[in-house]
Amino acid sequence: MNYASTPLSVTINIDEIRSHFPSLHQKVNGYPLVYFDNGATSQKPDVVIEAVTQFYSQQNSNVHRGVHTLSQKATDLFEEARITVQKFINAKSSNEIIFTKGTTDSINLISSCIAHAPLLWRGEGGEVLISTMEHHSNIVPWQMLCEETGALLKVIPINDQGEIIWEEYLKLLSNKTKIVAITHVSNTLGTINPIKKMIDEAHKKNIPVLIDGAQAVPHMKVNVQDLDADFYCFSAHKMVGPTGIGILYGKEKWLNAMPPYQGGGSMIKSVSFEKTTYNDLPYKFEAGTPHIEGVLGLAKAIEFINGIGIENIQEYEHELLAYATKHLLEIEGLKIIGTAKEKASVISFVIEGIHAFDIGTLLDQMGIAVRTGHHCTQPLHERFNISSTVRASFAFYNTFSEIDRLVDGLKRIKKMI
Amino acid sequence: MSIAEKEIEIVEEFSLFDNWMDKYEHIIEIGKELKSIDEKYRNPEHEVKGCQSKVWLHSYLKDGKVIYEADSDAIITKGLIGLLVRVLSDEKPEDIIKNELEFIEKIGLKQHLSPNRSNGLVAMIKQMKYYAVALNIKQ
Repeated sequence: MNYASTPLSVTINIDEIRSHFPSLHQKVNGYPLVYFDNGATSQKPDVVIEAVTQFYSQQNSNVHRGVHTLSQKATDLFEEARITVQKFINAKSSNEIIFTKGTTDSINLISSCIAHAPLLWRGEGGEVLISTMEHHSNIVPWQMLCEETGALLKVIPINDQGEIIWEEYLKLLSNKTKIVAITHVSNTLGTINPIKKMIDEAHKKNIPVLIDGAQAVPHMKVNVQDLDADFYCFSAHKMVGPTGIGILYGKEKWLNAMPPYQGGGSMIKSVSFEKTTYNDLPYKFEAGTPHIEGVLGLAKAIEFINGIGIENIQEYEHELLAYATKHLLEIEGLKIIGTAKEKASVISFVIEGIHAFDIGTLLDQMGIAVRTGHHCTQPLHERFNISSTVRASFAFYNTFSEIDRLVDGLKRIKKMI
Repeated sequence: MSIAEKEIEIVEEFSLFDNWMDKYEHIIEIGKELKSIDEKYRNPEHEVKGCQSKVWLHSYLKDGKVIYEADSDAIITKGLIGLLVRVLSDEKPEDIIKNELEFIEKIGLKQHLSPNRSNGLVAMIKQMKYYAVALNIKQ
C-alpha cells in the first residue's frame, strides 16, 4: 500500500497544518503517534493553546463586571468570540449564541427549560422524538424530561446501513410530538442525517427541532438559518478548541420564551429579596463566571478552521474516509458498522473472532489511538446486536500514511491472535 | 508455592521478553490456555462489572483454600486474569486478602491498572478479594 499514489484533489497543505499541532509530534509506546480518536476529542493547534495561555498571562480578569481596563479587554475579546461563533454558523444574532459547558450541557439546558415555556410545550403528556443512533447525551436528558412531564420517548428506527427510515420518521411525527431531537452526524456510524428535510417536515406540524451537532460542526459547513434549526448544540473541544466550552444556538424567540436554566451572577438585571428580574439574551442563560479562556480559545479554533476552509476540510476528510474504507475492507473478517450513503469521517468496525478491546490494546502498543467499546451509544449497538466496536475517526490533520499504519497494525493483530 | 513465590516466577518469565509483541503474544497464549469457565457461570450473577470486555468469576473452597475459575470474551483480558488465577488460586483466604499484588507493575502492565482502561483488572482483583473474604467467613 502506498498513499503517495492516492490522488489528492484538495488543495490542503497537510505538513503545514500538522506543524501547528504540537501534540501530534510525539512518540507513544515507541512509535510516532497516530491519533484516530477525533470523535472523542480533537488535538489543539498552537494558536488555541497560545490564546488560553495569553489570557492567563496578560488579560486575566472577569468579564462583564469591572470598569477597569483588563476587564474591558477580556469582555471585548469574549464578546468578539461570540460574534465569531455567530458568523461561523450563520446565526441571525449574537444573542442566539449561548456559551455552555459542552453539547451535553446545551441539550440539558433545553430539556430542563423547554417544558416551562408554554409557547414551546403546549399541554400535558405528548411525545419526544429521537432516533436509534443518538449518543447517550441526546437520550438521557429527554428520558429525564419525560419522567418529569409524563411525555413519552419515541424512537425513529434505522436500517441496516445505519440510515433513518424516512417513512417511519414521517409516521412518528404527529400532533403529539413536542420536540424532535436528532443528531446531525452519528458519532458511531458516521451517518449524516438529512436534517434539513427532517426539520422541514417537523415544521409543517409546528414541531421544534433540536440538532446535536457535536460530530458535524468540525467536519462540514453548518448554516443554522438555512437549516432553520430551532436549537443547534455543539462542543469546542471536538473542533480543535478547548474542553469545557460548548455552544447552544437557539432561535431568539424560543430562547426568550424559556425561563433561565440556572440562577446566579450575570444572568440578572436586579436582585432583591422580594423580586429578581432576569437579564436579556444571551446572558439570561449564562449564570456565573464563564469559561473565559475556553471561549477565547474557541474563537481561535474557528479562525484556524476558517483559514483552511471548512469545504476543503470536508473534501479532504472524505478522501481519507474513502481510502480507509477501501483498505480496511481488504482485511478478512472485518465488517464496517455504518455504511450510509452520506457519511462523515468515522469508521466503526468489528473483526470476526477478535474482541474490540484486544484490538484497541494492541493498536495502542503500536502508537495508534482508536476508541473501543460502545461509544456512548448502547441502544445503537444493541440494534446491530454487538457489544462493542473499534472506532477510527479522522480529522483534517490525519494522513493517508497513518491509515496505512492502522491497516498494517490490524493485519499484525490478526496474526497475533 | 506461596503467592510471593508465584509472583517472582511470573516476573522472571516476563523478563525474557524485550519487546511488547512477545509480551502480548505470551499473554494471549496464557489466555488461550486458561480453561473456559463452565457455561452455568457465564451469567450476570458471576459477571465482574465495570469492564469493556465481559469477565466472569466463580470461586469455591477446597481444603481450606480458595479455587478461582475465570473467563473473558477478550483474549488479552483472559490472559491477564489467567495470571491472576495462577497467583491467587489454591491459596488460603487470609493470604489472598492481605496480599498486595506487585507483579503486574513489575512486568510492565501497569497501564492495565488504570481506571481508564476499564478492562476490569482492578475490578477483578477487588472481586477476587471479596470472594476470599466471603469464603473466609463461611469457613
